[in-house]
Amino acid sequence: MNRRYILKISALTVLAFSTIGLSHAQKSIILSSTTSTEQSGLFKHLLPAFEKKTNIQVKVVAVGTGQALDIGRRGDADVVFVHDKVAEEKFVADGFSEKRIEVMYNDFVLIGPKNDPAKINGGKDIQVALQKISSSKSTFISRGDKSGTHAAELRYWKGAGVEVSATQAWYKETGSGMGPALNTASGMNGYILSDRATWLTFKNRGDLAILVEGDPKLFNQYGVMLVNPGKHPHIKKVEGQAFIDWIISSEGQQTIASYKVEGQQSFFPNAKK
Amino acid sequence: MLSAFNDAFSLLETLDANLLGIVLLSLQVSLTALLVGCLLGMPLGAFIAIQNFPGRQGLIVVLNSLMGVPTVIVGVVIYLLLSRSGPLGDLNWLFTPKGMILAQSVLTTPLIAALTRQIIEDGWRIHGETMSALRLPIVAKLKWLVWDCRFSLSIALLAGFARAISEVGAVMIVGGNIDRVTRTMTTAIALETSKGDLALALALGLVLLGVVLLANLMTSIIKSFAERRYG
Repeated sequence: MNRRYILKISALTVLAFSTIGLSHAQKSIILSSTTSTEQSGLFKHLLPAFEKKTNIQVKVVAVGTGQALDIGRRGDADVVFVHDKVAEEKFVADGFSEKRIEVMYNDFVLIGPKNDPAKINGGKDIQVALQKISSSKSTFISRGDKSGTHAAELRYWKGAGVEVSATQAWYKETGSGMGPALNTASGMNGYILSDRATWLTFKNRGDLAILVEGDPKLFNQYGVMLVNPGKHPHIKKVEGQAFIDWIISSEGQQTIASYKVEGQQSFFPNAKK
Repeated sequence: MLSAFNDAFSLLETLDANLLGIVLLSLQVSLTALLVGCLLGMPLGAFIAIQNFPGRQGLIVVLNSLMGVPTVIVGVVIYLLLSRSGPLGDLNWLFTPKGMILAQSVLTTPLIAALTRQIIEDGWRIHGETMSALRLPIVAKLKWLVWDCRFSLSIALLAGFARAISEVGAVMIVGGNIDRVTRTMTTAIALETSKGDLALALALGLVLLGVVLLANLMTSIIKSFAERRYG
């Protein structure tokens, strides 16, 4: 093919790309966070207040905690906001962030079918409930996706002294996010561990209900971290830090506390002053 | 199921400017990916159709296989390329519409090239001898063939558009499904499904179907008009 023709085609291709992205030069940061905070609607409540005050746009990428941390590790997010303390501390220890700051907590609830084959309804101890599920071989749906909720679930199984693996027919790893896993549990009438916020906003409940709640072990701490600009020089340090400072300020903390789903407070601010 | 459809229709009436933005972004991304796919795929396909070179059969097999490459794989590969820790990180295209266009272009280009190759090759079988006798330069031959097969080639166009607008795997990973920035119709449907809001997911699905239908209708009208006029 002759050169002019190829040149023409490549010029047109470049033009096709350049039509997009003549976007406004507003300041923005990328926040990698979990599906629970995004899907519960917390960010829709929280971020407009921050954007109004600072004129910094926050672009949220909502994935599982494991992937959210990985996005930060690669330098593709400026701030990480997740809930898996062990993994977060490792993130800091590996030098990907200089500091982990606690922001708020919510809690996990054990969901299950209303006919409750494992007879755990009303229990206050998560580990006892899990033991009953395992001994009655009732269907249990696990996230199986290395998310914060999955990590918590595995901790509770360990605490209950039950060895779980996908080779057991009653224990099913879906490898999916909180919502899809709840959809599966709803379809199979199985037990599942969920964070309260996602459950409250989840609509396809079918025959499921909260059976066990209120165990202090079920508290679920969220931490926020600025990705280390020393590792990734392009990190928007000033804007990212502004977000962290705001979310742990009394104004940010009050905004978190004022968010309610179906009349219930979903997240409880507990940043240390 | 029926009640879900009912809910879906009543929801459509309440859908707002945000939805319009989602639809427009989907169209913007997928149509640009289609354009890139045509600009690269059609000349490539036409070239392979009429030119003999070593490894041609192998290239055809590769092109035909790429038609079926899973969108998620393309998503992961483009993600790794565009990531700040990847080779193209400095472009700063991750989690932007540009990155999504790039990913979808990788999907549309081989598809359009493979279909174009087959269509042009069939045209070449009919007109090849005449053109060879005329000793036209290759670019002239290609232009002539593409123009001659333009009505058949419209199917390659529609297939490319369908591949782009309906996929969710690549745009979800590369775009990140960011509200008002990279949320498309398909990622919005995936999001609402995972929130268990199946009615809203279905409503969005109907919008997507409507858009695809409209695109096909328009192509069909243009084609029949053109066939009557120039056919």
